[in-house]
Amino acid sequence: MRRLPLSLWLGLTLVALLLAVALLSLVWTPFPADKIRVVARLRPPGAEHWLGTDHFGRDVLSMIMVGARNSLSIGAMAVGLGLVFGVPLGLAAAALGRWGDEILARLGDLVFAFPAVLSAILLTAVLGAGAVNVVLALGLFNAAVLARVTRGAAQAVWRREFVRAALALGREPLSVTLVHVLPNVAGIVTVQATVLFAVAIVNEAALSYLGLGIQPPSPSWGKMLGDAQTHLFTAPLQAVFPGLAIALSVLGLTLLGDGLRDWLDPRHRTSGIL
Amino acid sequence: MLAFLLRRLLTLLLTAWLATVAVFAVLEAVPGDPALLMLGVNAQPDTLAALRAQMGLDRPMAERYLRWTAGLLRGDLGVSLTYARPVAGLVAERLVVTLPLALLSLAMSTLAAIPLGLLAAARRGRGGDWAVMGFAQLGVAMPSFWIAILLILLFSVTLGWFPAGGFPGWEAGVGPALKALLLPAVALAVPEAAILARVTRTAVLDTLGEDHIRTARAKGVGRAAVLLRHALPNALIPVATVLGLQLSFLVAGAVVVENVFTLPGLGRLLYQAIGQRDLIVVQGVVVVLAVFVVVVNALVDIACAMVDPRPRAS
Repeated sequence: MRRLPLSLWLGLTLVALLLAVALLSLVWTPFPADKIRVVARLRPPGAEHWLGTDHFGRDVLSMIMVGARNSLSIGAMAVGLGLVFGVPLGLAAAALGRWGDEILARLGDLVFAFPAVLSAILLTAVLGAGAVNVVLALGLFNAAVLARVTRGAAQAVWRREFVRAALALGREPLSVTLVHVLPNVAGIVTVQATVLFAVAIVNEAALSYLGLGIQPPSPSWGKMLGDAQTHLFTAPLQAVFPGLAIALSVLGLTLLGDGLRDWLDPRHRTSGIL
Repeated sequence: MLAFLLRRLLTLLLTAWLATVAVFAVLEAVPGDPALLMLGVNAQPDTLAALRAQMGLDRPMAERYLRWTAGLLRGDLGVSLTYARPVAGLVAERLVVTLPLALLSLAMSTLAAIPLGLLAAARRGRGGDWAVMGFAQLGVAMPSFWIAILLILLFSVTLGWFPAGGFPGWEAGVGPALKALLLPAVALAVPEAAILARVTRTAVLDTLGEDHIRTARAKGVGRAAVLLRHALPNALIPVATVLGLQLSFLVAGAVVVENVFTLPGLGRLLYQAIGQRDLIVVQGVVVVLAVFVVVVNALVDIACAMVDPRPRAS
């Protein structure tokens, strides 16, 4: 059994922690995340409120816990959408050859012309702010990235001898794709999906900071940072905790992605140290 | 080379055209009447009718698209409902903030990332490598708008060295204007530098394994000279490619960071236009940003192909 890279361990630990916090928030938070107590507004971290309170007197730790759930849900849905549409598109393009390839390449160019945040802004301008439109925009971007990655990996598999042998034995291209190509691209797709999950969390936070993502009273790390910015003089720490939550989540997911890539393909070791 | 240039130009035109179709199509998908969405339900019927006529909503969709793209080619992005001014003029005014901001952060990230990546490659597996890769890992994880808030907290609120936001305009002098752009540029540059440092390190390490480097070392060329004169120039090609790709993230980052610092740039214009439901401005700014990303990516591709013939062949 090959030893797991350190980055994979660190990534798994951070992601497991994030997941545990998100799940715990379903059954327990120190205070209800939406409970307003104006008398307790902008309290510094202390025994009652471990991370302090915001400008409405809401408990910051509880908001961060529920925010973890919201961030994870949006990230999972955006990556899920990307997988559902991107992977079949990439597999089809690789199987169809030149034309499928050309169409996918042009579609990819088009989607990359619009950074995910910009497409999300465009969508929210038309359809209104909210989590669903954020998921749609981020999912579209993820689908383009995953289609491109899947196509590249699938093309390499199609050139391998066991695939040619399967075709020579009379297997249909669809069956070859499902039985031989898909399992061989699953690893690289998983790695890319992990990285896109991290990107989705950052983008959701940015959009919520602008007020275009998750809508109040549901807490979001990005929105919390936006609110904290207006109270930097009186409660500076409020601008630190939600940002730390974002950074640790992204760090966990990128380390997980790096670690998975190193573990699945040690030749691809990028950092050499982690 | 000429065939490559023509092919790349064709791809550029095709992608730019598809981008205009996409922006137009998204705004066509407005549920209900776009004029009503922009003016609100209390709008007077004659005002609504005037806006519908201005937007060409009484004409077929294909005609509207052709008129809009013809306008784009002439540099006409329509007239803003909120500002009652041509959108092209508004974009030009805001570009004098966004463009220097983007260039400043691009310069900062490149100037920091290349030496850092080189250092990490030279000290592979040692303290320097650990430090640079640790910075890179953290830099990638920290969103630029959080870095922006932390910078305000430290340099504006605590130390009082820089303004917490706003832009005095270039007419106030280059010094004050650059001072207002410095913190936003750093906030944008940190994640970019983190990614570029990683790419530089990997590219330099890949190049160090090549035959011409071994030959140079065998001929007695020193380690530093090999790194700077042989490995780095070759490693710059993938770095330039990633730099081009990162540009779209820089544009997205600028939209958010400009709002953190209330800088009157394109991002702020876009954000305010959404709040004001000025779809004509939204459409204009988004199409300008998308075409900008497409053009710069094509220029990077062409520049790389001029230096390295391999992509041309493929």
